[in-house]
Amino acid sequence: MKMLIAYIRHEAFEPIRADLLDAGFPSLSITEVKGSGRQKAITEHYRGSELAVHLRPKLKLECVVESKDVEVVKDVILRHARTGSVGDGKLFILPVEEAVRIRTGEEGETVLQAHDGEEVTVNGDLA
Amino acid sequence: MRRIALAAGVPLGLLLALPSGALAADGPTLDDTISAVNTTWVIVAAVLVMFMQAGFLFLEVGFSRAKNAGLGVVKILTNYSICAIAYWAVGFALAFGGAGEIAGDSGFFLDVSSVPSEAAQQFPLLDIAGISPAALLFFQFVFCAVSLAIVWGTTLERLKFSAYVIYAVVFSAVIYPVISHWIFGGGWLQVNVGMQDFAGSTVVHLIGATGGFAALLLLGPRRGKYGPDGKPRAIPGHSMPLVGLGVMILWLGWFGFNPGSTLGALGGRFAEIALVTNLAAAAGVLAALTVMYQRTKTYDVGMAGNGAIAGLVAITAPSGYVEFWAAPIIGAVAGVIVVYGVILIEKVLDDPVGALSAHGLAGIWGTLSCGIFTAPRLAELNGVGEGGLWYTGSVAQLWNQALGVGVAFACVFAVSYAVFFAIKHTVGLRVTAEEEDAGLDIAETGMYGYPEQFIPPSELIGSGLPVEGGAAQRAPAGVTATAMTGEATA
Repeated sequence: MKMLIAYIRHEAFEPIRADLLDAGFPSLSITEVKGSGRQKAITEHYRGSELAVHLRPKLKLECVVESKDVEVVKDVILRHARTGSVGDGKLFILPVEEAVRIRTGEEGETVLQAHDGEEVTVNGDLA
Repeated sequence: MRRIALAAGVPLGLLLALPSGALAADGPTLDDTISAVNTTWVIVAAVLVMFMQAGFLFLEVGFSRAKNAGLGVVKILTNYSICAIAYWAVGFALAFGGAGEIAGDSGFFLDVSSVPSEAAQQFPLLDIAGISPAALLFFQFVFCAVSLAIVWGTTLERLKFSAYVIYAVVFSAVIYPVISHWIFGGGWLQVNVGMQDFAGSTVVHLIGATGGFAALLLLGPRRGKYGPDGKPRAIPGHSMPLVGLGVMILWLGWFGFNPGSTLGALGGRFAEIALVTNLAAAAGVLAALTVMYQRTKTYDVGMAGNGAIAGLVAITAPSGYVEFWAAPIIGAVAGVIVVYGVILIEKVLDDPVGALSAHGLAGIWGTLSCGIFTAPRLAELNGVGEGGLWYTGSVAQLWNQALGVGVAFACVFAVSYAVFFAIKHTVGLRVTAEEEDAGLDIAETGMYGYPEQFIPPSELIGSGLPVEGGAAQRAPAGVTATAMTGEATA
């Protein structure tokens, strides 16, 4: 099992989300984060004083998949998150020791992502 | 202010001299009608000026950080209310109760005769204006409340609430009434010196800013305002739209402030003063924006607002004394002054809203500008001072204006500094560092101005997850959002 952690631009999320759903990877989390890298600070002017804002808003995307699926997910993220300009973000891949589905107590790779025979609802429907 | 109603007041005085009741049998007399018209205009103008409290509220709240937004509301409400009672009880009598050189001495708690001619002996201004005593008090009170609101612009985000309360009592019972008596109420600066201040560039705005200056010297900057290198750092306010709303409300209120200072509607002078006021404010905005654009290549929201306020403050004194053509000049100069004032003052003093520049420096400039631009015909109409340098080639009026500014500043500064000094060494002037970091909302009001911004959703009562696409309607009754989510993502 591997966890992919990607720091991406906000606008990259929608296409990544859509492609991952199509490929059968509905389970992921995002967090609004602020961070800095090689991208320049934003300079704000406020009544004559300057204020350099070094931390820029980014999205942090987390997704745990079976080890064999890492390349698929990685490709999707790189395809949509890359604009070629400074500030596209970074992707980290970490090993994961264990996974437990809280509702049933099941353990192992079976609790990750979608499985054959299980219906995955799309379009953000909650019901 | 003042004497503008003199033209209307002369015939009114004649009417008052007639045996009262001579015409009463036939219904309202002409002077009843004149008094009613003038009183109506004064109350309408006073209500506009009262609404300027909302302008100050939004301006200050917008220039504050979100953690201090709620305190601005309770501060404005408290100050306005203290002022309302103190001015009625004491302030009005000191300001307008008699023609003493230093202060008035009659009419505390508006204890006034119901006979107009006797009332006019108690409050000499009534004879000129022919309005009801209550209208005069209410109009003068809202000016006092504006001046008090100006004081606090410099002290945002760190002043202790008890300091507001104590200074508000002293200011609206003594400081403002005495100075306004000198310049508005027939005191020595108006009568002996001939200082011109139609609606209060000095009386209202400079006095307020001077009180704020005294407070600021004893209070110090907000934590973190100056970096380790001593350079000022921007602490952006949390809402520029609120600042904009505040500026527009103040601008609207100024149409009561200056035109209302005619204390009467006869002769239509108030309409000309409204136009003069608007021209100066517009020039202030454009000048401030232009100067800022040249410096930073940005269209600075805060400076555009400050430019409007500076233009309005500057035209307040000359609004009843100058011709239309002078108004944009006075406003534009104020717009330039406010930009450089804010930038220079910021290097040493932390004035979050720019009150020292917009009300102080622009107030000084506006008062002095009478000495340059006052038209002789209008000086004569108002019955105060003479024409300005432009018309007469003489600096006499300019000198009188400067004298008035200097006296008002020195007196208000000395008394205010003493009051704030006493507050600092008794109840304390400033909140603790921890309270300042946490924000005055939670530290002083006990609640956040914007709870959702500071309390995590999971701790806010009744904040379920947002349900999109009408899913809530499809869910069976009684199923909570949490339960639904559990089902869906299992």
